[in-house]
Amino acid sequence: MAKQSNEAFFWMLFSAGGVVAAMLIPVQLFLFGVAIPLGWVQAPSYEHLVSLLRMPLVRIYLFVFCSLPLFHWAHRFRFTLYDGLQVKHLNEVIFTLCYGGAIAGSAVAGYLLWSAP
Amino acid sequence: MSTSTLQPPKKPSGYKPFHPRWYRPRVSVYWWLGEWHYLKFILREISSVFVAWFVVETLLLVNALRQGPAAYEHYLKLMQNPLILVLNVVSLFFVVFHTITWFNLAPSAMPVRFGGKRVPDFLVAAPSYIAWIVVSVGVAWLLLR
Repeated sequence: MAKQSNEAFFWMLFSAGGVVAAMLIPVQLFLFGVAIPLGWVQAPSYEHLVSLLRMPLVRIYLFVFCSLPLFHWAHRFRFTLYDGLQVKHLNEVIFTLCYGGAIAGSAVAGYLLWSAP
Repeated sequence: MSTSTLQPPKKPSGYKPFHPRWYRPRVSVYWWLGEWHYLKFILREISSVFVAWFVVETLLLVNALRQGPAAYEHYLKLMQNPLILVLNVVSLFFVVFHTITWFNLAPSAMPVRFGGKRVPDFLVAAPSYIAWIVVSVGVAWLLLR
């Protein structure tokens, strides 16, 4: 388990990620995950999305959109495993996997967005 | 009877005489299944898995856009896969559940007082919902225009 003094920092990431996820994921998930595949809405053209992706502000947006919710996931998933499954003896392993996953995901997001044309 | 038998029996290290015995009833691993309130708590926590899943899908989209129009077509096809479609519908339910529980938490986390009276919870939560609608419409407009 992390030292008590670090907990506030991780909680802040969790909370910021919770806001980002609550505000932004439903609309994008609805569009790309449900409405477009079912043909309710026409898919945006490749050119349009690439022109959006060329804007630095959109890249920053997407990085925040990916990174913070991953830390949100890491916090919640960690405590779900602790309390839900009562695997407290695996604390260190779970902590490393959850936050390691969040850091790795953020790194992938950073790389993809940085190197996008 | 010799005096030695009156000595406290050997205990594992850390034991002290007169140390209180803990009362720790064993809780079942399925403690959260019995009651709706607990189940709701676990479902809310599980919603984070679907949040992470959508981040993965977003990264797939960004990667497809980097690779070109053919990769983007492939991504759109992938999202039509029935299994992924069902997973996304389930994800949408969970993520909206997260949104609602998250916004409704605000009045409990920071009760607002006005004129000595506590402002009703729904009024404290209302700005979040309004912001949610505005942001959602804005994002949809940017993507689909």
